[in-house]
Amino acid sequence: MSTAAPPRPGRERPRPARLSPADVLRVGGSGLRSRPLRVFLSALGIAIGIAAMIGVVGISTSSQEELNRRLDALGTNLLTVGPGQSFGGGEARLPDETVEMVQRIGPVESAAAVGLTDAKVYRNDHVPATETGGIGVYAADTALMKTLGTEITDGQWLNSANERYPAVVLGLRAAEQLAVHESGPDVQVWLGGRWFTVVGLLAANELVPELDSAALVGRPVAERELGYDGHPTTVYARARPAAVSDVQAVLGATANPEDPSAVEVSRPSDALAAKEATDETLGGLLLGLGAVALLVGGVGVANTMVISVLERRAEIGLRRSLGATRGQIRTQFLCESLLLSALGGVGGILLGIGVTGGYATYQGWPSVVPAWAMSGGLGATLVIGGLAGFYPAVRAARLPPTEALAAT
Amino acid sequence: MTAPVIELAGVSKTYGDVTALAGADLTVRRGELLAIVGPSGSGKSTMLNIMGTLSRPSAGTVRVDGHAVEDLSDRELSALRAGTIGFVFQSFHLAPGVPAVDSVADGLLYSGKPRAERRRLAERTLRRVGLGHRLHNEPHQLSGGEKQRVAIARAVLGDPPLLLADEPTGALDSRSGAVVMGLLHDLHRSGTTVVVITHDRDIAASLPREVRIKDGRIEHDSDIQAAGRRGSYQGMGT
Repeated sequence: MSTAAPPRPGRERPRPARLSPADVLRVGGSGLRSRPLRVFLSALGIAIGIAAMIGVVGISTSSQEELNRRLDALGTNLLTVGPGQSFGGGEARLPDETVEMVQRIGPVESAAAVGLTDAKVYRNDHVPATETGGIGVYAADTALMKTLGTEITDGQWLNSANERYPAVVLGLRAAEQLAVHESGPDVQVWLGGRWFTVVGLLAANELVPELDSAALVGRPVAERELGYDGHPTTVYARARPAAVSDVQAVLGATANPEDPSAVEVSRPSDALAAKEATDETLGGLLLGLGAVALLVGGVGVANTMVISVLERRAEIGLRRSLGATRGQIRTQFLCESLLLSALGGVGGILLGIGVTGGYATYQGWPSVVPAWAMSGGLGATLVIGGLAGFYPAVRAARLPPTEALAAT
Repeated sequence: MTAPVIELAGVSKTYGDVTALAGADLTVRRGELLAIVGPSGSGKSTMLNIMGTLSRPSAGTVRVDGHAVEDLSDRELSALRAGTIGFVFQSFHLAPGVPAVDSVADGLLYSGKPRAERRRLAERTLRRVGLGHRLHNEPHQLSGGEKQRVAIARAVLGDPPLLLADEPTGALDSRSGAVVMGLLHDLHRSGTTVVVITHDRDIAASLPREVRIKDGRIEHDSDIQAAGRRGSYQGMGT
């Protein structure tokens, strides 16, 4: 039996040294520096995916922010009371004294009613009676402006003086329809078979879009001249913000104690928010498209890395001969892949912020990109980079040094 | 007697049915300068790879700087290469676009020395090989001979006890080749063990020791002493 040559004393087993983090980054980045165009193109794939996702999230967040600001300005404490379906199935009617009842609720700051009349309004007395333009003529309380907070763009609102006379205030769309651009003593429309003077024009109010195409006249003149029966169509109430839900709960019973179920109470700000929420389906679809783009970008990075490993066999062999362990080769290529995707990720985030900023500015919205979207985007690119680089890195590390050196 | 840097005992290497190296015995002592010479396909590159621990023998034992290669893991062999062996290749293996000083500094990248220290040593070593004026030149700005001197500087940066040069003049004209060989002689004089693999008989004949290899067998070893010592390893191999 032969023995191996005797071990020499004092010979420690060689231990590989660790690369410092700075060296890991430098070595990982060295492969990128030498091929800038390819790096740019594969990073672009990732960037487009990330930019699409950041853009979708950013734009929907910005639009949400815009909505929130608008709601803050309009107030979320406006409640409306309208007639619901009566028990018999017919159209219910609100009692005449609804406004007075609603005003008696403690936290209600103000309340006002409008009531639809049968009258129609035309540009002048020559327009055929059927061409109503979809404009409704409403009898309105003078307290309506204070309750809604709608602005008057021209002229004035109805007051206790002119509400008795044939004076009308037009909603935005109604004014357009009637080709009225200003108010004044000589601006008149043909309303309910006689001339009414346009005393004011309303700004749009998103909480009460139904008033955009309304012609509003005073209650007394409506009862006297237009055959208004005094039943309100809608009662608007402003509640103290803290008590909105409480008011909402009792509003039905207050408005119509005999038949609370025949009253429909709603909060217009909720409807506005809900309308905005329906856009989320489209946002989800776009987000999915962004994810697909990101995936394709990841495949691009994987492809680049595989080619990079094939092309750099000699470099791998050299590094092994200089003393790199398999782990260090693996780390190098994994680091390269991560840097490549991170480059794309950062570019994509900047691009996404740019897209969001551009679109938001164009729409006149505040530009908001949530931090979670940015960090999530970067995290996603790192995961993609890790996955894309894993197999090429393992292959590079498994390459026998002699085979790698023989490549050139 | 100086300690052996390389001891091959009954070393064989087969690739499938092909025997690249058959029972080679060779001892290289510290401070030697020798040539391993043979025609292409003779097994000399296989021998270099085994001496450089880049591949393991199919049979036989290899000791490098006192370490039995078969006892070491791949990680430990990497560390051995990082600290003990410098390689010079026929095709230089310099990365394009990288200044000479950085290429040379990479010679100690895996040794754990900090970067500033690596670069300082790289500058010193480049001056030592006569390239003090080429520190920041990239490979495409260097002649073939200069590239090989950069590669040699990288290999000897950490003063490894063993320098393995695989056809170091193979890609050079004779004048550049002479400069490179002169540099290897200088390194030898300052104490480095240098093994030159070559197919060039003239180069081989110009070195103090010449080992001729053919068809995977050592045909001739000019070092009588080493030939005599081989006897002590007989009966160890297969």
